[in-house]
Amino acid sequence: MTKQIIVPFGPQHPVLPEPIHLDLVLEDERVVDAIPSIGYIHRGFEKLVEKREFTEYVYIAERTCGICSFIHGATYCQGIEQIMNIEVPERADYLRTIWSEYSRLHSHLLWLGCFADSFGFENLFMAAWRIRERILDVFEQTTGGRVIQGSCKIGGVRRDIANDKLTGMSRDLDSIQKEIEELTTVFLNDDTVRHRTRNIGVLSRDDAYHLGAVGPTARGSGVAIDLRKTGYGAYDRLNVPVITDSCGDCYSRCYVRCKELFTSIDLIQQAITEIPDGPIDVKVTGSPNGEYFMRAEQPRGELVHYLKGNGTKFLVRSRIRTPTLTNIPPLVKMLQGCELADVPVIVLSIDPCISCTER
Amino acid sequence: MKQEQSIIPIDVGQLIGSVEQCRNEGYRLAQIGCTKVGDNSFEVNYSFDKDYVLRNLRITVTAETEVPSITGMYWGAFVYENEMHDLFGIQVKGINIDFKGTFIQTAIKYPFGVTVTKGEKP
Amino acid sequence: MGFFEMTKTALKTVLSRPVTILYPYQPAKKTSLTRGHVVQDGSKCISCSICVKKCPSQAILLNKEAKTWQIDRFRCVVCNSCVDTCPTRCLSMDTQYTAPASVQGVEVFTITYVKPPKPEKKEETKE
Repeated sequence: MTKQIIVPFGPQHPVLPEPIHLDLVLEDERVVDAIPSIGYIHRGFEKLVEKREFTEYVYIAERTCGICSFIHGATYCQGIEQIMNIEVPERADYLRTIWSEYSRLHSHLLWLGCFADSFGFENLFMAAWRIRERILDVFEQTTGGRVIQGSCKIGGVRRDIANDKLTGMSRDLDSIQKEIEELTTVFLNDDTVRHRTRNIGVLSRDDAYHLGAVGPTARGSGVAIDLRKTGYGAYDRLNVPVITDSCGDCYSRCYVRCKELFTSIDLIQQAITEIPDGPIDVKVTGSPNGEYFMRAEQPRGELVHYLKGNGTKFLVRSRIRTPTLTNIPPLVKMLQGCELADVPVIVLSIDPCISCTER
Repeated sequence: MKQEQSIIPIDVGQLIGSVEQCRNEGYRLAQIGCTKVGDNSFEVNYSFDKDYVLRNLRITVTAETEVPSITGMYWGAFVYENEMHDLFGIQVKGINIDFKGTFIQTAIKYPFGVTVTKGEKP
Repeated sequence: MGFFEMTKTALKTVLSRPVTILYPYQPAKKTSLTRGHVVQDGSKCISCSICVKKCPSQAILLNKEAKTWQIDRFRCVVCNSCVDTCPTRCLSMDTQYTAPASVQGVEVFTITYVKPPKPEKKEETKE
């Protein structure tokens, strides 16, 4: 029997954008077990709900994550709307969908860049982030914020996008699509990328399902879970294809995200053609009394916002279960049996968003 | 559009049996969440998902109640159960990876278990 | 299996200008909607303190006696909540980002609004 040693990985590591700590149990170069620990940036957002009015909490919900902030805000608003039985105008639904899909584009491009960086392909990292910048510009032009959009509120949205602006965005997306095509060709076909990702960190379909993997991590293993299929927002009126791949390795997860970029662009184009004219918000009166589990699809997977109100301005509980938290057990499974040198690639392949996880 | 979900209140003693039933029916664990509902009284929601239908098993416990761990059926539940222990102070028995209170380290012990007066401004 | 997939992108990068801006030496990108920082117009403020209540980060303080309205730029998260809820539109969002600072402090605005005499109907304050 070889001697076991423990190598700490993180919380400070060149490849990690955010702090997560893993104790890797090694036999020679092979990882036999990994013990995750988080808690470096716990901010107690869920507790803050007791001190802020439910209408103000939108801004706080949005700040849970710096990447998919819009979807956090929108999910929270939709949850409250379900409790209070508020019917949101159709245009607001479509606008939320458009912004959500832009968030997904932004998040996936960011991830592709970080992923390229994790196996040392710096040039590709910059190429991905250059496209991302164009998405952020759209955010700034339509909402006023590059990262924190702040355009969602209970009962609708705070800002409208003019119809000619929407047409412009649609035209802009065509050129973005061409750039993304070029980028994803590199990710999907380049030999260097394949070498570092094929058959690395394999997660079987069964494991993915029962360990609770969500989002591209699950879909890369062939589990077709996509919460957009539940039809929240305007997704019930759009055609949402679920992209899956069967291999369950890092390449599959990369493949799923690359293809989802095109799905998102297609969804935005669909939404822009179908968006109806009309009001963008309704007046909200009263306070929420009841509970609801609102689930939405974030770029990283299924997001659960559990909201409970007692008829006052302050909610009793807001539980945010972010996709990364539930992707940690699958990550541990993936790491068992891999090489030490592949650990950064595998950790990045689940798209860890630790700030999200710790709320 | 409402997402389908149901809440089934159960006793702590029934928990293992009900979770096992979910597992056999092919449900996946979506989340375990805890809510403080009164002084020293907590609701724990075990949410399971299958085909986009959410089934919530709800137990009501106190900080002294020992909740059995469901990591035997759902290996990945350890993240939620450790979180439950670290933030609310609920005793969970038999977690497969038990961090014993070090999963999320906070300045105040069990910060979500203590009451905060509402509406206070700094 | 492909080789030299990156060549096209790499060559394009070599031949094009950098996409990054040397902020703060060059001005940052701005749009008409950009949320930069909140400014207050003291001549319109009626000291209703709705902005204080609606601020999610509690950055705003209003002193009715001293007639001052102050904002802590370090706390402010530029969410636009106060601007949206201000009944007299005395708050507005400037597109210029707040300059970096090393010391935390508050910015104080003086309220110069004088309540118009009763009989005269106050004219609509619009932007």
